[in-house]
Amino acid sequence: MAQRAIREYDGKQMMARLLKEYSNGKYVIENSFAQVTPGTDFKKLGEAHPWLLKEKLVVKPDQLIKRRGKSKLLLLNASFSDAEKWVKERMNKELTVQNTTGRLTHFIIEPFIPHKEEDEYYACIRSLRDGDEILFYHHGGMGVGDVDTKSEKLLVPVGSKTNQEEIKKILRNVPDERKELIAGFIHALFNFYSDLNYAYLEVNPFVVVKNRVVPLDLAAKLDDTGEFESSSKWGEIEFPAPFGRTFSREEEYIKELDSKTGASLKLTVLNPKGRVWTLVAGGGASVIYADTISDLGLGKELANYGEYSGDPSEEFTYQYAKTVLDLMTREKNPKGKILLIGGGIANFTDVANTFKGIVRALRESKEKLQENKVKIYVRRGGPNYQAGLKMMKDLGNTLGVPIEVYGPETHMTRIASMGLKGGK
Amino acid sequence: MAKKWYDLFDVDTQSFVYGMQANAVQRMLDFDYVCGRKIPSVAAIINPSGRDGFHKAFFGGKEILVPVYKELKDAVKKHPEADVVVNFASFRSAYPTTMEALGYDSIKTVAVIAEGIPERRTKEIIAEAKKRKKTIIGPATVGGLKAGAFKIGNTGGMIDNIMESKLHRPGSVAYVSKSGGMSNELNNIIARNTDGVYEGIAIGGDRYPGSVFIDHILRYEANPEIKMIVLLGEVGGIDEYQVVEAIKSGKIKKPVVAWCIGTCAKMFKSEVQFGHAGALAGGELETADAKNKALKEAGAIVPDSFDEFDKKINETYNALVKKGVIKEKTEPEKPGMPMDYAWAVKMGMIRKPTNFISTISDDRGEELHYGDISITDVFKRNIGTGGVISQLWFKRQLPDYGHKFIEMVLQITADHGPAVSGAHNTIVAARAGKDLISSLVSGLLTIGPRFGGAIDGAAQMFSSAYDRGLTPSQFVDEQKKKGVNIQGIGHRVKSVQNPDMRVTLIKDYVKKHFKATPLLDYALEVEKLTTKKKNNLILNVDGCIGICFVDLLRSCGKFTREEADEYVSMGALNGLFVLGRSIGLMGHYLDQKRLKQGLYRHPWDDICYLTSSQ
Repeated sequence: MAQRAIREYDGKQMMARLLKEYSNGKYVIENSFAQVTPGTDFKKLGEAHPWLLKEKLVVKPDQLIKRRGKSKLLLLNASFSDAEKWVKERMNKELTVQNTTGRLTHFIIEPFIPHKEEDEYYACIRSLRDGDEILFYHHGGMGVGDVDTKSEKLLVPVGSKTNQEEIKKILRNVPDERKELIAGFIHALFNFYSDLNYAYLEVNPFVVVKNRVVPLDLAAKLDDTGEFESSSKWGEIEFPAPFGRTFSREEEYIKELDSKTGASLKLTVLNPKGRVWTLVAGGGASVIYADTISDLGLGKELANYGEYSGDPSEEFTYQYAKTVLDLMTREKNPKGKILLIGGGIANFTDVANTFKGIVRALRESKEKLQENKVKIYVRRGGPNYQAGLKMMKDLGNTLGVPIEVYGPETHMTRIASMGLKGGK
Repeated sequence: MAKKWYDLFDVDTQSFVYGMQANAVQRMLDFDYVCGRKIPSVAAIINPSGRDGFHKAFFGGKEILVPVYKELKDAVKKHPEADVVVNFASFRSAYPTTMEALGYDSIKTVAVIAEGIPERRTKEIIAEAKKRKKTIIGPATVGGLKAGAFKIGNTGGMIDNIMESKLHRPGSVAYVSKSGGMSNELNNIIARNTDGVYEGIAIGGDRYPGSVFIDHILRYEANPEIKMIVLLGEVGGIDEYQVVEAIKSGKIKKPVVAWCIGTCAKMFKSEVQFGHAGALAGGELETADAKNKALKEAGAIVPDSFDEFDKKINETYNALVKKGVIKEKTEPEKPGMPMDYAWAVKMGMIRKPTNFISTISDDRGEELHYGDISITDVFKRNIGTGGVISQLWFKRQLPDYGHKFIEMVLQITADHGPAVSGAHNTIVAARAGKDLISSLVSGLLTIGPRFGGAIDGAAQMFSSAYDRGLTPSQFVDEQKKKGVNIQGIGHRVKSVQNPDMRVTLIKDYVKKHFKATPLLDYALEVEKLTTKKKNNLILNVDGCIGICFVDLLRSCGKFTREEADEYVSMGALNGLFVLGRSIGLMGHYLDQKRLKQGLYRHPWDDICYLTSSQ
């Protein structure tokens, strides 16, 4: 539940569908955008979009990658067969862009619009606490540079609207004959943005060709909490994971578990060979444990980030714990491993109850935990924590690996520093 | 005591809880009680989906009534002294309800609990609150509390945790945190390392919290009771920099111990969004590392990691004590708090005799159970209506032929035409405009010794004779001497030559399936004697059912003899007739309604009037 980026294809589709409405029919964006995914059949694509065969084309990956032009991820002025070849050479290939490695799976194809450099403009609308800010610069495209400092800005305060006259004030450097056209476009864009729960909308560049405005490149974020107000207008969109974020089988499994319960279960494996594993209750606490391990200089040994919260049932906690324990006991490390079963002071969750699932998983992994020389540290507080901690202490007598157990009298992250001592 | 501008709450603060949040209300009242408040902090509950009335809650050991209103506007009119709204409305309705609350002059602070309010709407709420000079806490927060005075909703957790963290009386440390989940932990850390919390606010994890760190820290700075400030910030957003600037400019002079969580974000390979909507770094400036650094450079006390947060808080506090800024007070006596019944039961601390026992069914678990059979198994095992009746009446499963026999009895007794007394009564009641249940019951009430009740009577009479070893003729003689008709013998129209098909069907079935039929055999011998006297003194349907049922109970192997006798004496057999005939009675009711029959009035000429006047 937050601001989330959408694909350029989805954003442009939405614009083609709705910008007319927000400009009294004045600004019409042709719906000539085609999406290519691993399953796309180019022949069928050509049949569905006849313009692909008639016009010169632009092809780009559509995976929230910034500065695609600079990374040579842009094919211009191409025929449909060129486009097909270019996409097929890259589809499903691993690629490193600005230090992030990921796989290309989504592309957008659109008509190539011949234009001069001086026809390119930069526009962006972003959400601020006091309102929405329009940024404009009279050059656009790849080389636009630091727009934060050099663009002209117009803040539209919360609850108020803007108009063409106001917008014209930030178009000082635009030739007079284009001011009306561009101001009208930005005005339409603003209405589109504010009525549809956008949080960020950047068009860089848009071009003016033959008295017509065409957005060439688009990056946008929607506020996904606005779904109940806007989803009918959003149409079918997806919120893709950031480029390079792939999910392992275990992470997928936890995501699936998470979707089945009202509680929250999260898992990110940072370093499967790491020695320090966490099983932490609560969103805030889970971040703090990961922080502390990193701040104590053992970030490289931190194996996972994750949390369980919102009172998951014993079965869900068990499945979650089992997944983490399985991951942590796959590869032995001569120095042994550390498991932090941490958490703050719960509000109303029955601590003993949630520990039941973890205890079950620990018991089942007894041999593997011994073989991996795991040392366990527990810290937790909240309703019935005494019984929960006792359960853990009792388990320590039979599990055959050391378990140290602490309650609210011990600082929350102390088990991290205790566990890591001597590990450096 | 008049509130200062920097006080959002005091010991007299009263609030409205928006939403029927019985638990949250109780927790607020419990907090009031341990704080020694005289008036409850909840002036009223707003229940938009209910109606005006009262809600019963505990204030310490005694119960009080909290007014409930459907509309906030009515509550505001009746309780002008309440100036806080604790808004539990969902993410859909949090916006309109908060805007409404801000519109009332008497409301000064609104805590918005819901998570997932569209940012655009939150921004409108913020602008409105700013215009009206009011405070918003949240959205997406548990709220906050002022120790010894007022608590928003569920803040602080269970009452024992609240006492453990000494929140029932004020200390000298005020905090503001983004995370609500961590506020319990902060209460704990502060209680263990200082003289305790004075006030703590969780501003919520959204990108645009209604009030930000600086709003609360400036209040804390102005409040002479507060001696030091704790800030728990977070990756994402730039609100912490307002605090940085205020420290630098000298606007904040009190020591601020600060930490921003999310320093681990750099460990992730790709952009990471933590649980909070606002917890995503949109640039270097928004990282936790950058904020911690800036706070430290400005003069805040910032540990190297959260692990030293407690130590820094402790050192800062001790220094203030040493300087004489904080004078440590003697700890007041801990107030007692009655324990919640449900919790005490859960912990196994108390027990209580029950007023009811039930052994036949249980609706509490994952699925409904009839005895030890789950409703899923009722169908999986296909036990049928007979099986269900057997389970609920006798707490056991009979052999399949027994279940079928029960169903047969229901089918045979289902109806016997409109003229019999039960159907007649139902029809009359239906035509008088009564509802289904009244009409049905009107018919059922005629069932007794003369109508339908013969099943039971026959079973008892025949089995008693049989068990006493009387021969059929001894039995007939005995009844004759007593001048009592034998129940289950005799029919108005049916006779030996004109047998009742219902009886034939039952006899055939029973003979074919039952392991033994001693009582039926006995009754048939008795019938031979009686029909000799009069042609229509046959074993009738009631008698046949009753007697065969006794044979079933005794021979199926599922009952001891005592159990079998007990069920007969408890009237189980009459139950079969009541159940079966209810089908027909309801049929008659529906029939009359379908035919739109008017009120029945018995014709005069069908009544022999013999009053004294004539």
